[in-house]
Amino acid sequence: MENNIQPTDIYALAFHHRFQWEEAQNSYVILFPEGMVKLHGGAGEVIKRLDGKVSVADVVADLKATFPDAQDIEKDILGMFDLAVGKAWLRKVN
Amino acid sequence: MTQASLGDSVVQKEVHAQAQNNGVAANITHTQPLWLLAEVTYRCPLHCAFCYNPTDYDKHTQNELSTEQWIQALRDARKMGAIQLGISGGEPLLRDDIEDIVIEAKKLGYYSNLITSGVGLTEKRIQAFKEGGLDHIQLSMHDITEEINNFITNTRTFELKKKVAAMIKNHGYPMVLNVVIHRYNIGHIKEILEMAEALGADYVELANTQYYGWSLVNRSQLMPLKEQIDEAERITNEFRQKVGNKMKIFFVVPDYFGNRPKKCMNGWGEVFMIVTANGDVLPCHSARVLPNIEFPNVRDKGLEWAWKDSPAFNKYRGDDWMKEPCRSCPEKENDLGGCRCQAFLLSGDAESADPVCSLSPNHHLIEQAIEESKNPQIQAQPIIFRTDKNSKKYASGESKERVEDFHALP
Repeated sequence: MENNIQPTDIYALAFHHRFQWEEAQNSYVILFPEGMVKLHGGAGEVIKRLDGKVSVADVVADLKATFPDAQDIEKDILGMFDLAVGKAWLRKVN
Repeated sequence: MTQASLGDSVVQKEVHAQAQNNGVAANITHTQPLWLLAEVTYRCPLHCAFCYNPTDYDKHTQNELSTEQWIQALRDARKMGAIQLGISGGEPLLRDDIEDIVIEAKKLGYYSNLITSGVGLTEKRIQAFKEGGLDHIQLSMHDITEEINNFITNTRTFELKKKVAAMIKNHGYPMVLNVVIHRYNIGHIKEILEMAEALGADYVELANTQYYGWSLVNRSQLMPLKEQIDEAERITNEFRQKVGNKMKIFFVVPDYFGNRPKKCMNGWGEVFMIVTANGDVLPCHSARVLPNIEFPNVRDKGLEWAWKDSPAFNKYRGDDWMKEPCRSCPEKENDLGGCRCQAFLLSGDAESADPVCSLSPNHHLIEQAIEESKNPQIQAQPIIFRTDKNSKKYASGESKERVEDFHALP
């Protein structure tokens, strides 16, 4: 973890970025100037929940409740936050 | 505008990882035209010496697609998966229906980008773009000095560009600057980056000139020295460290000075689709220079046929078309033999390895071009600016002497 993601951190999509479902790709994507990133299912579920109000811990709890059968997902979720912050897809609100 | 602005985006590489063709039978494609470039007009108030537009563009300025035809093209491409839309030219703002195109793009879910010189961008128009849902504006800048800006564009647009940059920022748009790099401004990289930072740029693309169209005609006049490029890259890396994530800087390396060719357009007919002012549908900006290919037109069978079934789009998909040394090259999937247009323009054979490749039997043509650019006599030839008058001369074959070495110009 390079970006020191804390459970109390609150993130939102970076300015000028757009997150949407793409039927043709059958996946969520993030769009921004000069580019696009196609997100795999789990990553899309994380980004979808970010509204600038929920904390990292809230997202983890919500995803655990939504996908009770998924093993050990907390690590994956934090990894996704770390990647997204590192790539500047997210901005820290609080 | 610049070819590099679409050809080498970092993110397109990520996209490409998802869009595989695998080199299977060339007439079966599972690819999607993720990026639609709408070159809505070839008219332009600037006369940039490095423009990649065809030297005979004047032929295509009379029969532009109508608003309705553009809207139909946007709808058809979106159905096929297109998501990034570039509205380019020429200068797109010379058309008065860009507002309508923007509104439709938003409705369809595109992430839309206006690629402009800034000439013709007024408060009223930018307001309409914002309300219509345009996502960002990419502005071309040329130099920090008024002299070089005005010289290379053959216009007096320096002050205007600064004003437009401020306007873009004021309207809450991300500031995306594109700077084409050539001999006349490569010594000012640090100052150009400082200017970008001062303007509040979010993205800066330093696009070393690639030699197609007008820039090929002016190659000996525009090409910097290898040492200058290395120095520019060093300064850029230093600046990157300083500004961090605040300003993303892309340095597009010129292929003449690399020893591996670029994977042009991320592969022919893989992710890019270009619709030109007159409705021709192309897999890359300069494809019309290639011989014996009839490119589809939206007025005929529509975009889906053009992308999936047209002989033109299937011609260089996969690797069945390759000759040696590409065919047995262990790197062929990395670069797909480079750029077909460059191979043809320089060697006369579109299926040969791109001459920029050090393994190409024609690599001496690149070495020769680099040598020529250092020759004071050749350097002293006047730059030929992109003007309607000059374009007419190329179209009619009047300006032959300058293009004799190149196989497909005009």
